[in-house]
Amino acid sequence: MMFITLTNYLIIGAILFGLGMAGMVVNRKNLIALLMCVELMLLAVNTNFIAFSYYHQDITGQIFVFFILAVAAAEAAIGLAILTVLFKHRKTVDVSQLNTLKG
Amino acid sequence: MLIENLIFITFAVTLIASAVMVVFGQHPVRCALFLVLAFFAAAGLWLILEAEFLALVLILVYVGAVMTLFLFVIMTLSIDFEKMKQSFLRYYVPLGVILVCGLVTLMFYITSHAHADLIKLIPMQHVPADYSNTKALGGVLYTTYAFALEVAGVLLLAAIVAAISLCVRDVVDSKSQRVDEQIAIQPKDRIKIVKM
Repeated sequence: MMFITLTNYLIIGAILFGLGMAGMVVNRKNLIALLMCVELMLLAVNTNFIAFSYYHQDITGQIFVFFILAVAAAEAAIGLAILTVLFKHRKTVDVSQLNTLKG
Repeated sequence: MLIENLIFITFAVTLIASAVMVVFGQHPVRCALFLVLAFFAAAGLWLILEAEFLALVLILVYVGAVMTLFLFVIMTLSIDFEKMKQSFLRYYVPLGVILVCGLVTLMFYITSHAHADLIKLIPMQHVPADYSNTKALGGVLYTTYAFALEVAGVLLLAAIVAAISLCVRDVVDSKSQRVDEQIAIQPKDRIKIVKM
């Protein structure tokens, strides 16, 4: 009988993280899509943490995920607030046009 | 055990497929909705891993708050997404595919060769029926990690202050007190005594 092993979860996490990273490359103009790809990568990391926590019978991994969720929520809130202000000023969320600080 | 494998495969395939749709989707609203589906599938996987509290928190916090915020922003700002999609298929998709393939191959290699003992890690036994994941988590969170919890609370407060102060910067017709004028006022400015 086949068991679900830690490797299965690690592979899912790797595929998810890779997809998030590929999304950063593919959607590199759209700031909203970039934020969503960051969420995807965080989800992959959290899944890895929970899988290790389960297979080692150690709850510390879940505590870590708890704090990652808190920080990610704060990050999403501030990121979207910055995006809103940015759109009010520049009328665009295209990353390639946000080069005012470039020397 | 077979039914557990079936559930696992269902959630895993849903998760990967919706993640692909998030990355390569054409419209941001659809991307956000597929991200919601991905969160639900991930919550299912976390339930299989016996992290019930975090699975529910993922649905409540992410689907209930963060993704609602995303959809709200996408729909309120009238962003022209069509203009941003020029020439993206030609250069960046192959690069992205190479990145994914490289990372996944690396992960396969690490988990199957270098640390072969990881594969043998199967759960010893399931927890008893009256075990409460929330209780176990709280027992550690409020004792060993109490300081970290306080710091997380301060961080969330700072995030609230930052987000609000970023967004309500230029309100023109809001009611506010002018304290210096209130203090400097004299009785004769307010009351006029009329001799009858």
